[in-house]
Amino acid sequence: MRPVMIGSVWAYFLVLLIGPVFYLVVQSFSEGIAPFWTELTRPEALHGFLLTAEITVIVLVVNLCFGTVTALVLVRQKFPGRTFLSGLIDLPFAVSPVIAGFMLILLFGPDTILEAFFGSLGVKVLFAFPAMVLATLFATFPFIVRELTPLLQTIGTESEEAARTLGAGEWQVFFKVTLPALRWGLVYGATLTVARSIGEFGAVLVVSGNILLLTQTATLHIYQSYVDFNYIGANAVAFALLAVSFAILALLEIAKARAQAATQQMSADPV
Amino acid sequence: MKIEVKDLAKTFGPVVAVGRVSFQVEEGELLGLLGPSGSGKTTVLRMIAGLEAPSFGDIWIDGRRVNDLPVQERNIGFVFQHYALFKHLTVYDNIAFGLRVKKWGRQAIGPRIAELLTLMSLERLDDRYPHQLSGGQRQRVAIARALAPRPSVLLLDEPFGAVDAKVRQELREWLIRLHNELNVTSLFVTHDQEEAMEVSNRILVFSKGRLEQSGSPAEVYEEPATEFVARFIGSMNILEGVVKNGAVVIGSLEFPASGIDDGTPVQVGFRPYYVKVSDNHMRYRQRAKLRHIYFLGVAYRLEIETSDGLLLRSRVNKEEFRQYRFQVGQTVSYAVTQFRFLPREAGAHLPPDRPPMTTPGPLTP
Repeated sequence: MRPVMIGSVWAYFLVLLIGPVFYLVVQSFSEGIAPFWTELTRPEALHGFLLTAEITVIVLVVNLCFGTVTALVLVRQKFPGRTFLSGLIDLPFAVSPVIAGFMLILLFGPDTILEAFFGSLGVKVLFAFPAMVLATLFATFPFIVRELTPLLQTIGTESEEAARTLGAGEWQVFFKVTLPALRWGLVYGATLTVARSIGEFGAVLVVSGNILLLTQTATLHIYQSYVDFNYIGANAVAFALLAVSFAILALLEIAKARAQAATQQMSADPV
Repeated sequence: MKIEVKDLAKTFGPVVAVGRVSFQVEEGELLGLLGPSGSGKTTVLRMIAGLEAPSFGDIWIDGRRVNDLPVQERNIGFVFQHYALFKHLTVYDNIAFGLRVKKWGRQAIGPRIAELLTLMSLERLDDRYPHQLSGGQRQRVAIARALAPRPSVLLLDEPFGAVDAKVRQELREWLIRLHNELNVTSLFVTHDQEEAMEVSNRILVFSKGRLEQSGSPAEVYEEPATEFVARFIGSMNILEGVVKNGAVVIGSLEFPASGIDDGTPVQVGFRPYYVKVSDNHMRYRQRAKLRHIYFLGVAYRLEIETSDGLLLRSRVNKEEFRQYRFQVGQTVSYAVTQFRFLPREAGAHLPPDRPPMTTPGPLTP
């Protein structure tokens, strides 16, 4: 029984994970390194990488700030609607990204109040950079909040009170006590956020319009290359993103180990 | 006067955690706030620290009303039950935290920390992280951290609650020694009456948000002001009865109650060591059955059941115990040599201990 089970797990991994990755690598270099490099460095591909990087950085910064604030408020403040908001945190996980994008189209679409408002400011939201950031924010919002919430519950508020009794003001308490206690949770949540931002496709496709050299991210470029029968192009960009993903995966494992060690240190103390 | 607390109260919604408590603390005192959990003692301490805002009443520290002074500016040191050390900082940086926040110069910080490490026997542990320390060491770091900026008052919330019995005893002796050396005014909260007795110069006993009694350990033990204090501190036999013809008769025991009106319900209390027991039936007048013998290490506790069904506790020291041959189930003779009436209401005045009328000298010489 045991060999069968272990064998089936191996088979599952081979078919679903290892096989595709292996095949992608082989295909990327099937015509040598030169075409691979050409595809990787064409303006469309480079623009896609840049756009993805820009979106990722903005999304990461916004999520780090709002995710931390949201977690702090949800764990520490008692206010009407707290349970409701806590329940909503996971909504982006439950809703298809395509639907998320569609909701943004309805919200910012032609003849809506928001469209008129931003239009009067000269800002184009839909089929432009802002909508792509919004769509990615929607998809990545839960990661940091979900990491920090249990961590905040574990660490409690005593060490912050201790800092206050020693004369520390609220900003000092936050930066010298609260934030260091959350750091590995933040790293873990940030890594997941980055991975998801780079990989997001559905929501971004719907709200971006997939305009070449304008709103085409790296993942959209892969899709477009594939549709255009440019398999080497699709493979090359996919390979590059895959390499980034592996780097993130490694970082994630390190962060996870550190975060667990930190939690154990904390729960090793009698609470 | 170091600290004055007047009419201090704290309510959490409909719950009264502390109800109008007043007391004073003299410079250099080591004061124990004693009470069961939920008695409001920790809330009082936290209000003095500024971690909790009073709902009513005033707090003065060093003659200054501090109600509106934030915790950062009260110049207090606070020690938490679960240490609350900064886990990402070394022992050295933990102790230095308050000094850096208060902008001490580098030249001042180094020697101050060296001094505290020596004082708390933490030398050579300065580069460790909290998770590398034992419970007792962690709490000593917490005390050193609180003392570092030279607070005018040291407040400790159940400081020895999270360590095992042996380390707790060590830490108690630490605190006493520390207080003798530094003489900093210290208030500590505990639910352990033995700890309060051993450590404090003076004890405040709390129950249900009220201050029941304030006094030296000997005073609260020998002259409990209320029934609660009598029951909470040490062990006491408490019987209920009604005054009739100047005495309270409970079973075959009679307690003179001159000066108390007939018909007044009273509680009679007496410590176990005022219950004398003998295996000689003729030695004392009262008879009872010996139900249990408990070995307490320094003495024995006997549980006897009188013919009226009352269960009484008696404490017998080892020398006495050896003179007798006690056996569970045997009939013994006993007497109550001293007792006191416990007031029904908090704060009522208590008459001193009196010997009961029934005190029978030995019947047989």
